[in-house]
Amino acid sequence: MAALTEAEVVDLAASSVRDLNQALHAPQPAVSWGVLNPRGAHSVACGLKDEVTVDIAGHVGYYCAGMNQHATVTVHGNAGVGVAENMMSGTVRVRGDASQSAGATAHGGLLVIEGNAAARCGISMKGVDIVVGGNVGHMSAFMGQAGRLVVCGDAGDALGDSLYEARIYVKGTVKSLGADCVEKEMRDEHLTELAELLKAAEFDEDPADFRRYGSARQLYHFKVDNSTAY
Amino acid sequence: MDFASRGLRESATFDRATIHAIQRAAATGVYDIRGWGAKRPLPHFDDLLFLGASMSRYPLEGYRERCDTDVVLGARNAKYPLHLDIPVTIAGMSFGALSANAKEALGRGASAAGTSTTTGDGGMTPEERGQSKHLVYQYLPSRYGMNPDDLREADAIEVVLGQGAKPGGGGMLLGQKITDRVAGMRTLPVGVDQRSACRHPDWTGPDDLTIKIGELREITDWEKPIYVKVGATRTYYDVKLAVHAGADVVVVDGMQGGTAATQEVFIEHVGIPTLAAIPQAVQALRELGVHREVQLIVSGGIRTGADVAKAIALGADAVAIGTAALIALGDNHPRHDAEYRQLGSAAGYFDDFQDGRDPAGISTQDEELAARLDPVEGGRRLANYLRVLTMEAQTLARACGKAHLHHLEPEDLVALTVESAAMARVPLAGTDWIPGAVR
Repeated sequence: MAALTEAEVVDLAASSVRDLNQALHAPQPAVSWGVLNPRGAHSVACGLKDEVTVDIAGHVGYYCAGMNQHATVTVHGNAGVGVAENMMSGTVRVRGDASQSAGATAHGGLLVIEGNAAARCGISMKGVDIVVGGNVGHMSAFMGQAGRLVVCGDAGDALGDSLYEARIYVKGTVKSLGADCVEKEMRDEHLTELAELLKAAEFDEDPADFRRYGSARQLYHFKVDNSTAY
Repeated sequence: MDFASRGLRESATFDRATIHAIQRAAATGVYDIRGWGAKRPLPHFDDLLFLGASMSRYPLEGYRERCDTDVVLGARNAKYPLHLDIPVTIAGMSFGALSANAKEALGRGASAAGTSTTTGDGGMTPEERGQSKHLVYQYLPSRYGMNPDDLREADAIEVVLGQGAKPGGGGMLLGQKITDRVAGMRTLPVGVDQRSACRHPDWTGPDDLTIKIGELREITDWEKPIYVKVGATRTYYDVKLAVHAGADVVVVDGMQGGTAATQEVFIEHVGIPTLAAIPQAVQALRELGVHREVQLIVSGGIRTGADVAKAIALGADAVAIGTAALIALGDNHPRHDAEYRQLGSAAGYFDDFQDGRDPAGISTQDEELAARLDPVEGGRRLANYLRVLTMEAQTLARACGKAHLHHLEPEDLVALTVESAAMARVPLAGTDWIPGAVR
């Protein structure tokens, strides 16, 4: 471990995830890190709280960059369940595809998935911005409370089910909308914020090609007349 | 009015409460939502008795000989386990469901008595962190207010899969309690009827839970004990799975456990009694060889030191109280009777915690009502109550010859009814018969 505090490259073929995370959590960690041979390990680079950059060379398992604060984490591969779950700030980028529940409950920061994201992308999102280069699976943005979800490909079934105030932009098709999620007018301010999100994600898409979806706010209160809507 | 002398006979099937429920449903078209826990009669700790020492056992002298009460929670994996002075903890109750003053009072009372308190859905408030020496941070499906800074500030983490009042159900907080502060903490529109999910958003099943617990340990550098809380249903299996997933402490909440807002039909018809859950949990821990290594906290209907002692005798390491703690703060006090009646209830019956109009200032976000509860005085009352529970439990333990509450054992107990004997797995009083036991 002593060598790790001085080195910026950690080889998970030789070190444990515990060693890596402990070093990243140490007071005043090095600002730039490389992680080799992640081999689908879980909880890689989770709980970071400093402005560090972590480049992971390969695929990761569950909860990579979970609860991230301030750090910039890039996965040069695919990510398992719950990448950047409950992120507070910073940036997490997945060069490949992400499994289900990407960005779940995240409060802030930017999550970019260059490939596809599986089911429940952005579930219960609470302020995070998520930009997906490909498609998202069913129940994405389920119960999304705040933040923006941008999908450059297609969206699966029940998009935005039981949505609160999160905003959704989709370029491709939407297989179906979830309860209380409706298409909304794309006004200038939405085109502007979408352009900013695409730029931040480093995507070249044209905001004019997207449609906007949000909550109809009809299920915000329990009413007997809504009993068949759920 | 003496109905019986007039020859009037109430139906056991359609009693007055049932008739009222049907009439209410017909009038409104919505099901009843209320607080509190199960109100139906259930086999409970009252159905057990201790066998005090006599010829074959030596009692300990009350007020003279020691009967220790401390408990260590979470030493299995955590760098910093909790060491509590008493085995009675405060269960998770949210800021939102409860006022900030109530949460502060719970923290003050628990700290004064040397025990822990617990956050709830909606995150951690500075009031409760500041006043709680030992604070358990609940990790719930909604993740409302969940942030890693608070996680690191906590003394333990409780992954909540369910609660006794509604195993398998999510939560709700009706709009009248979603004030600016509550909404801000939960990232919700003010006044919305808030739903809390019934499943965690980023894991499914026991194998995933193992990975989730691993993540929580990684984020907190393996410092904190990790509890897993389940509502009592298939307790034997749930406890085994929780232990396999890596729990340091398992919390089992029986169906008498309280809630701030749940459908009446859920509260009364889902789950099993606390009495039935404890032996299942203990059996699971014993079979895995971790009884007392993985601690068992039991909640749901703990009211007296006798309940505490009986739960421990059956194999629990500690208990948690929720409803009783609120009563200690002043909930359902007769001094509020006139106001309870204005709300259509009465002292001793009030369970409309969901309405936010609690005259005692506990289950409310109304500033005027909340100000009625002095957190210092409330904390003092709770500390008094916790001390009484502890002394009562010590009294019974000494009578059974035990120098520590944890020395109590099932052999110290008998049951008054066949049902309670079968559930608690102790003999029917005066016999050696445990219904269902294989001889």
